[in-house]
Amino acid sequence: MINPHLIHAATIVEKMRETADIHTYRIRINDEAERRQYRFAAGQFNMVSLFGVGEVAISIVSDPDEPEYLDHTIRAVGRVTNAVARLQAGDVLGIRGPFGRGWPLDEARGHDLVIVTGGLGCAPVVGAIEYIFRRRNQYGAVKILHGVKTPEDLVFHERFERWERQPDTEVLLTSDRPGKLWRYHVGVVTELFEMVSFDPVQTVVLMCGPEIMMRVGVPILLRRGLPATSVYVSLERHMECGIGLCGHCQMGPYFVCKDGPVMRYDRIESWLGRPGV
Amino acid sequence: MALLMKGEQKPKLGVFKFASCDGCQLSILNLEDELLLLGEALDIAYFPEASSRMDPGPYDIALVEGSITTEEDRERIKAVREQAKVLMTIGACATAGGIQALRNWADIESYKQVVYPRPDFVRTLATSTPIADHVKVDYELRGCPIDKDQLRRVITDLLAGVQPRIPTDSVCLECKRRGNVCVVVAKGMPCLGPVTSGGCGAICPSMGRDCYGCFGPAEGVVKGAGHPPNTSSLAKQFHDRLGLIPIEVVRRFRGINGAAASFRRESEAWAVEHTNSEGS
Amino acid sequence: MSSSDHGAFPSADLQRLLDLLGAKGHRVVGPTLRDGAVVWDTIARVSDLPIGWRDHQAPARYRLEQTGTGEVFGIVHGPQSLKPFAFAPREPLLQIERTNGGLSIYPRLPKPEKIALLGARPCDVAGLAIQDQIFLRGPYRDSPYASRREGLFVIAVNCTRALPTCFCSSMKTGPRAQSGFDLALTELDDVLLIEAGSEAGKAVLTELPVSPASETLLAEASKRIGACAESQGRLQEQAALPQALYDAYDHPRWDDVAARCLACTNCTMVCPTCFCHTIEDAPTLDGQHTERTRLWDSCFTHEHGYIHGKNIRPMIKDRYRMWLTHKFAAWHDQFGMSGCVGCGRCITWCPVGIDVREELSALLASDGRSAARRSDNP
Repeated sequence: MINPHLIHAATIVEKMRETADIHTYRIRINDEAERRQYRFAAGQFNMVSLFGVGEVAISIVSDPDEPEYLDHTIRAVGRVTNAVARLQAGDVLGIRGPFGRGWPLDEARGHDLVIVTGGLGCAPVVGAIEYIFRRRNQYGAVKILHGVKTPEDLVFHERFERWERQPDTEVLLTSDRPGKLWRYHVGVVTELFEMVSFDPVQTVVLMCGPEIMMRVGVPILLRRGLPATSVYVSLERHMECGIGLCGHCQMGPYFVCKDGPVMRYDRIESWLGRPGV
Repeated sequence: MALLMKGEQKPKLGVFKFASCDGCQLSILNLEDELLLLGEALDIAYFPEASSRMDPGPYDIALVEGSITTEEDRERIKAVREQAKVLMTIGACATAGGIQALRNWADIESYKQVVYPRPDFVRTLATSTPIADHVKVDYELRGCPIDKDQLRRVITDLLAGVQPRIPTDSVCLECKRRGNVCVVVAKGMPCLGPVTSGGCGAICPSMGRDCYGCFGPAEGVVKGAGHPPNTSSLAKQFHDRLGLIPIEVVRRFRGINGAAASFRRESEAWAVEHTNSEGS
Repeated sequence: MSSSDHGAFPSADLQRLLDLLGAKGHRVVGPTLRDGAVVWDTIARVSDLPIGWRDHQAPARYRLEQTGTGEVFGIVHGPQSLKPFAFAPREPLLQIERTNGGLSIYPRLPKPEKIALLGARPCDVAGLAIQDQIFLRGPYRDSPYASRREGLFVIAVNCTRALPTCFCSSMKTGPRAQSGFDLALTELDDVLLIEAGSEAGKAVLTELPVSPASETLLAEASKRIGACAESQGRLQEQAALPQALYDAYDHPRWDDVAARCLACTNCTMVCPTCFCHTIEDAPTLDGQHTERTRLWDSCFTHEHGYIHGKNIRPMIKDRYRMWLTHKFAAWHDQFGMSGCVGCGRCITWCPVGIDVREELSALLASDGRSAARRSDNP
C-alpha cells in the first residue's frame, strides 16, 4: 500500500499564463518509476507541495489518458499559491496524490451536458470540458454557462471561443456588471438558465463556483424536471491531508477531500451554502 | 502583502528600538548558532544593540521593538516606515503598547512626580501606543519577549519570499500538545492561556504557572478574519468559580498586553464592576 | 464472566506482572502523580503508581485525595487518554532536502517501541479502537500511527467507581472493557482479577502465577462494576441523537453555549477520539532542509475552517456546533459509530466547565426557547 504522506518531486515543464495571477503549470514527476505508476481520474486533485512552505489542494486539469504531464491551474491567492507563482519552468515542486472523486465523466457518456460555472473558481471544470471535447462523439449536446462578476474576471477567454466552435455546443457568458467591450449577457448566471433548453431526462449538470450560486441555482434547474441525482457540484474546503484524516474539510457528514470534491447534489443539498458548515 | 523579491544582494536588516526593555532584541542575539547563519543570509545594516555599524536605509526588513511614548518617537517611527520594505513589530510593547501602557489608565503627571526627582525634565506622552497606531505594520510577532524560534521561522519565510505564518491559536493547544496538566482545572489558577495566543510553547503552564497573557489575545491568524477571544466567559469563571474579586480580574487582564483591544475591553468592564462593588 | 478464563492474585504481587512485562521487552507505562493529576509515565516499581489516591472530577475541576488505603487503581483517569501513544501530538512525517536541481524526500517513522499501558480505562480502550478505525482501516493505512500502535500492549482496568463526569455506560464502552485489550484487571480491595483479551495477553497470563478466580470473587466484581454503571447519569435518546442534532442546526442553544465556550481547544485535545491534525513544514534558515511534521489540531482554531480569504466557520458558535455534531452525529455517517466514549474529559478539562450532556439535552429539547438558558453552576 502506498504511503499517502510521501511526495513525488516533480519539475515544472511549462508555465502558461492564463491571467496576471492565474497560471497553468505543466509538471512531470522526476522519478521514472513513480511517473509510470501515477494514474488519475478526471476531476481528482493533487496536494501541491512547495519546499519549506506547505501544501495546497489543486485539481488536475490535464487529460487522464496522458498522465505523463500533469496540468494544474493555480491562482495566486494564498500563502502557498503566492509562493508557487514565483516558480518558473525548470523549478521543482512536490506532489502527493491523486486524491478525491472527480466529475462523473464515465456515467455522463451518451448524455447531454449542462456545465455551469461561476467566478474564478472554474478551473476544476476546465479539465472536464477538455476531456469531453477530446471525445466529442461520446457525448451529446454540451451547453456551457459561465458567469463572472465583472468583464475583467473572464479568464480562459480563448478556451470559451474554441469551445463555442465545437459541434452541438452552446457557450453562454454573463457578467453581473456591464463593461464597454462586453458583448454577452449582463446579469447573474442563473438568468442564463432561461436561455437554454435541455432535456431533463437526458441531461447531466456539472456545476462549479460559489456555494451560494449552487444553492440558488440548482433548485431552478430542478423545477424544470431535472432529477437531483443528475446534478454534480464541485466543493471547496480547507484541506491539509487529502485523505480524510486531518478533519479540516468536513462539510456536515462528509470529508470534501475524500467524498468529493465533486459530489452529487442530492447528497450535499442540505449542507450547501449554509453559514458555518 | 509585503514580501521580499529574490535578488542578487543580501536583504538589508534594520533593528529599531522604541520604548522597551531590549529583551526582544536580546532574543535575536539568543539565536546563537543560527545568528551566524542569519548574518550570512542577511546584511545586518542597523542593529545598535549588537553592532556599532549603523548604515542608513532603505532596509528590506525593519524589526521594530517598543511602543510610542514620546513626540520624537512618533516622528521617528514614520521615518523608519518610509525606509522599510517590510516592517515587522517584535514583542508586546510594539504590538500592544506593553506594560508601560498601564499609564493609559493613570494620570501621567502624578507618575512623573513619584518616579523622577526632576519631573520637569521628562517629556512624555500621556499614553503608550502600539506601532500599528502610527504606521502600517506588515507583520507582528507577539510575546514578552518574542519566541526566538518563531522569529527564526518568520525570517526564514521572508528570506524565501513567502508570507510568514504566525499562528495565534490559544496557549492551550500548545500546552496540551506538551502533555501538561491544566492549571485552571487541577489547581484553580486564573490562567489566561485559553484566551491568549500561543507561540511561546506554553512555557508558564509547563512550569506549573498560570499564563499571564504575554503573547496577547488569541484572535486569529489573519487580521480581521478572526474574532476576539471569549475573554468575558473566562473572566466570569475567574470571578464566579475561582474566587477572584473584580479588581483581581482587572489586574489579570491589565498586564503586559493590557492595552490590546480585547484585554482592554475586559479589564475596563471589570473596573466598572469593581467601582460598583466599592460603592455598594 | 466465568471462572475458567479469569485468574486472581493479591495486589501485593502486582510487581510480578511488571517484571514479567519488563522481561518481555515492554516499557511499562502507567498512571503517575504530576502537577495535581495523573499523567502517563514509566513504571518500574508498583510504588511508582498512585497508591491510595483517588480523583474527584467535576466540570472544570480536578482534585486528588489520599485515602490512606492500599488501592492501586483508585484514580479513574487524568487528562491524557491513550491517544498520544498512537496518534502522537507531534509526529515527523518527512525530511526533505534540496539537492542539485531536485528534492530528496525521506519518510520518517517513529522508532518502534514496545509499551505496556497499565491502567487503561475501558472508555480509553474504546477510544483507541475508534482511532484504529480511523487511522488504520480507512482507504489508507497511516504508517506512523500503525508503527506506534503495533508496539502497544494494553492492560485495561475495569471501573468500580464512576465520577460525576462519567457516562461510559450510556456510550456502551464501560465500565467493563469488552474488547480491544490484551489483559484486563479488576481491583477488588486487596485482590486483582485478571483476564486475557488477546493471544499476546494469554501468553503473558500463562507465565504469571495466578490462582483461578473464585465464583464469589467474580460475582463481587460483577456487582461492583454493575453498581458503577448504575451510579452514572444517563445520556438519553442515543438512537435518535444523530438526526436530532442535524435537525438542531438552528437551535438557539448554540448561541448560548458559544457565549460560554472559549474556543480554547481543550476538549478536543483531551478527547480520546478527536483526530484533527495540521501539517507544518519547517525549513532551516539556509533553505536547504525542511521537516514536515504533523501536529494535533482542533476544529476550534481560527485556521481550521480557513480557505483563501474567508473563514468557513468564523464564529465560536460555528465551531462548537461543528465539534458536537461531528462527535455525536457525523461520526456515525463517517465511521459507523459514535465519536464519543463517555470518558467525560471534555467536561472536566473545559476551563469553564461546559458539560456536553447538558448541551445535548438542551439541544434535543423540542422547544428551542425553553432550552435557551441553563441554570448557573452550583
